[in-house]
Amino acid sequence: MTGAPRVVLLDSGGANLGSVRAAFARLGVDAPVTSDWNTIQAATHVVLPGVGAAASAMARLRENGLDKLVARLTQPLIGICIGMQLLFESSEEGDTECLGLLPGKVTRLPSSPGIRIPHMGWNRLETMADHPLSAGLDQQWVYFVHSYAARDAASTITRCNHGEPFAAMVARGSVMGAQFHPERSAAAGARLLKNFLAL
Amino acid sequence: MLSRRIIPCLDVRDGQVVKGVRFRDHVVVGSIEDLALRYRDEGADELVFYDITASPEGRSVDRAWIERIATIIDIPFCVAGGIRSVAEARAVLAAGADKISVNSPALERPALVSELAEAFGVQCVVVGIDSLRDEDGQWHVRQYSGDPDRTLALARKTLDWIIEVQALGAGEIVLNCMGSDGARNGFDIVQLQAARAVCQVPLVASGGAGTASHFADAFLQADVDATLAASIFHSGELAIHDLKRSLRSQGIEVRDDF
Repeated sequence: MTGAPRVVLLDSGGANLGSVRAAFARLGVDAPVTSDWNTIQAATHVVLPGVGAAASAMARLRENGLDKLVARLTQPLIGICIGMQLLFESSEEGDTECLGLLPGKVTRLPSSPGIRIPHMGWNRLETMADHPLSAGLDQQWVYFVHSYAARDAASTITRCNHGEPFAAMVARGSVMGAQFHPERSAAAGARLLKNFLAL
Repeated sequence: MLSRRIIPCLDVRDGQVVKGVRFRDHVVVGSIEDLALRYRDEGADELVFYDITASPEGRSVDRAWIERIATIIDIPFCVAGGIRSVAEARAVLAAGADKISVNSPALERPALVSELAEAFGVQCVVVGIDSLRDEDGQWHVRQYSGDPDRTLALARKTLDWIIEVQALGAGEIVLNCMGSDGARNGFDIVQLQAARAVCQVPLVASGGAGTASHFADAFLQADVDATLAASIFHSGELAIHDLKRSLRSQGIEVRDDF
């Protein structure tokens, strides 16, 4: 990449849009929220944030026609939290058909004695495959808040464990995702966003 | 393995952080931004801001400072105070809060918890419970505890309310044990153990922290997911990084690489 990155946040209606934008601002990057096709296609980096439920986030993307557009993007794309879950074929949450950019399904994390759902708090990343997106993040603590996860994704590059392992970060070609919240994961979160911007 | 969380609680009144003893006699501790940054740097895992006068005064929380905090802080934070509707909650979340906590308004109208969970997902919805043991030997819920003159003792039993709010969609429960709050004699382990036994979602202990060992007791004896405290941190008596070092040495998993 040459020159300043042009980052856009896709309008998925999530409540964390402002926080993700602020996280990029702390890195000196303005990342406007948009659903405009031309602006998105002209961006160097595209972010799909998300908080809430898979079905309502997918509905919002479809409403804006963004489900069609993201399938055509070739620049680096990262989904965050629900945004990462939407990259898969489907989510068990509300039996939702998702974008299908990554093979696999998102399912509910099972609870068991001592394993409470939602998985809420700081947990460690474990590297499964070297990738520039996860450089410097092995064994780092990051902040998770979720009840659903991709548990057997072939695209997993880092995983996390809450009762059982699940994909914490995924990557396949230009399509990437983080199940945790980089905007709320202190220095490790900033590192992830910097790694993404360097792609 | 999921770490146990340390959460400083910032009671906000008229735009400043205040602290009372047993929910009374509040004194100003400092500015919201200064304390938020200080705790973030010390290694706090999360922050909770309670607008303690919002609920008794029947108004929603002021949003300007939420936006400022959301911009400067890179750890999660929760906002509580007079959130009575999905629209008010949406405004607080849009201002940058990661979670919203409801207490008195959920007692006024329990369906609020379900409405919030449906609109934003259970992970956003925290239910705060102020609880005190009464003469019948049972723990009962208090309402409007931010204002001693308006605080109500309710017939509702604390453990029943914990079960009910989980069914309604609470993603986390903060149990404020009022009998121990501000007294610094330790968390109310017996009450927390009873709460833990009926609480399948994350449980946050609040009220009574006076030493590092009190935090360890709450994690080891009551298996809480997080501990919340105010005075011990505000006074500078216990720095969070020292607390975490102590917990780590006792085999308690904490985030200590900040």
